[in-house]
Amino acid sequence: MSAFPSSPSMVLRQTKYQLQYFTRVPVALFFTIILPLVMLVLFNALFGDNTIETNEGDWPVRQFYTGGLAAYTAVSATFSNLANMVPIRRDEGVLKRWRSTPLPTWIYIAGFICSAVVIAFAGTSAMLAVGVVLYDLSIEWAKMPAAAVTFLVGVGAFAALGMALASIIKTASSASAAANAIILPLAFISDVFVPADGDSALTAIANVFPLKPFVNAFQACFNPFVEAPALNWGALAFVAGWGVFGLGVAIKKFTWEPSGAGPRGRRGARAAATAQG
Amino acid sequence: MPAIDVCDLHKHYGDNLAVDGVSFNVAEGEVYALLGHNGAGKSTAVEILEGHRTRSSGSVSVLGFDPAKAQREFRDRIGVVLQTSGVENEFTVREVIDLYASAYRRRRTLDEVIELAGLEEKVDARVGSLSGGQRRRVDLALSIIGRPDVLFLDEPTTGFDPAARRKSWDLIEALGDDGVTVLLTTHYLDEAEHLADRVGMLASGKMIAEGTPAQLIEKISGTVVSFMLPHSIETADAISTFGPVLGGDVRLSGRLVETTVDRATEVGHRVTGWAIDNGLELESLRVARASLEDVFLQLTEQTRKAL
Repeated sequence: MSAFPSSPSMVLRQTKYQLQYFTRVPVALFFTIILPLVMLVLFNALFGDNTIETNEGDWPVRQFYTGGLAAYTAVSATFSNLANMVPIRRDEGVLKRWRSTPLPTWIYIAGFICSAVVIAFAGTSAMLAVGVVLYDLSIEWAKMPAAAVTFLVGVGAFAALGMALASIIKTASSASAAANAIILPLAFISDVFVPADGDSALTAIANVFPLKPFVNAFQACFNPFVEAPALNWGALAFVAGWGVFGLGVAIKKFTWEPSGAGPRGRRGARAAATAQG
Repeated sequence: MPAIDVCDLHKHYGDNLAVDGVSFNVAEGEVYALLGHNGAGKSTAVEILEGHRTRSSGSVSVLGFDPAKAQREFRDRIGVVLQTSGVENEFTVREVIDLYASAYRRRRTLDEVIELAGLEEKVDARVGSLSGGQRRRVDLALSIIGRPDVLFLDEPTTGFDPAARRKSWDLIEALGDDGVTVLLTTHYLDEAEHLADRVGMLASGKMIAEGTPAQLIEKISGTVVSFMLPHSIETADAISTFGPVLGGDVRLSGRLVETTVDRATEVGHRVTGWAIDNGLELESLRVARASLEDVFLQLTEQTRKAL
């Protein structure tokens, strides 16, 4: 009997399928890619001429926004996207169907995650391109390896956290609400929408979560006052630690069954047993 | 070795015994139907065999695999139509067949699958635009892509119109003729009678009868005598009136009086004699061999009383 297709080719096939799926769901495309771009244009129109004081000099807020929102796009393409889409497919019973096929489950999940990384890369690149063209974003090639490493650690960790949230929360409607309830308030205190005051209590809270370290590490790669190579290993290790925690939760709690199926079957059986008893 | 072998299977959810000591086996190439009401334990049993649920106790073997442990090699050789499961709505029928086919080793071609499932006119339609019956045919199509040796069909035709059901039956029969072992669940008795080589009847998680449709009908009881209740008799009085005349368990559904008897000649004679004496005409009087449905009703009635 012929062998199964090779794992890399199957991961590639699954990634392509998830990307195709993503492009056919306009609402996902809008919230993940278009909305952060709209925010970039809007914030710069409102506050673009301000500067942020640093020890070395005045940092134009336009560069702050581009770096911050580019990082935010990477988070929205991984964390929010997976926390939304995975429970929807589970509710629809698509996950259970795939579970009936010989496709190894890790390949299905890898396809989900790889597609999220590709979307994050596209969204972040688009953001940086707009930054370069419209908002004098400084690209120093010596710092680009740091930007790439920071990006990869960030998307890995936030993809794992997205899968963790999708595993804990059972229905699609509550998962999407929970994802937004977590990420939006956090973004406000994590230097994404507004520069936060360095010493405030809110900053102390933000520093407990992985968003601010990731956003700051990514912004640093595009901050003219930060010397190359601009790698913040401490922040990356912290973000990666959250990622490992997310992965652990996802592996432990992930379910393929639609949330209604188990209880419905049991209730049905119990009702029938009572009726006959 | 049978394709499917189930021995003393139990599945408990707390105090609820969803499957309570079920044993049966299905020979290679056989079409076996599990019959029962909603909640009788059919789907739970089938999902254990598919590897979707774990069992509380008992032994299970499908194609020599233990479904609870078996992974890729096992899933490559089975086909599954779940009772409810989604397909990617934003994709066309062609795309989903192509996509799911990529998971299997022994693939059918797109044209073969489309023709078998009768989806020729919908190949390029998005799954989300299909009717319920057409989606169910997509389910069937996806279950046979990998040339399964064993096919599990959990209520494959529920919600179909009669024409669509006939069409699905033709497909299932064709697969059965092709040597595929089929385990199907249904609550349509005509479906089981039409398709299955053997039938197992489940009630409250227990197997209450098993055999070929003919054996079950033969074994359980003889003949059904039925007629419409004369208008001069109130429905409330029907059972007290006809109980003694028919001499057995009388069932009333609407105005139809029914009883299942062993000695049809004698009972027929008594009831017609009674009608003539009372100057009544018994409309739609019928004496007929019991169907699988009568067997099922009678058995589930007995189980209910026994509990």
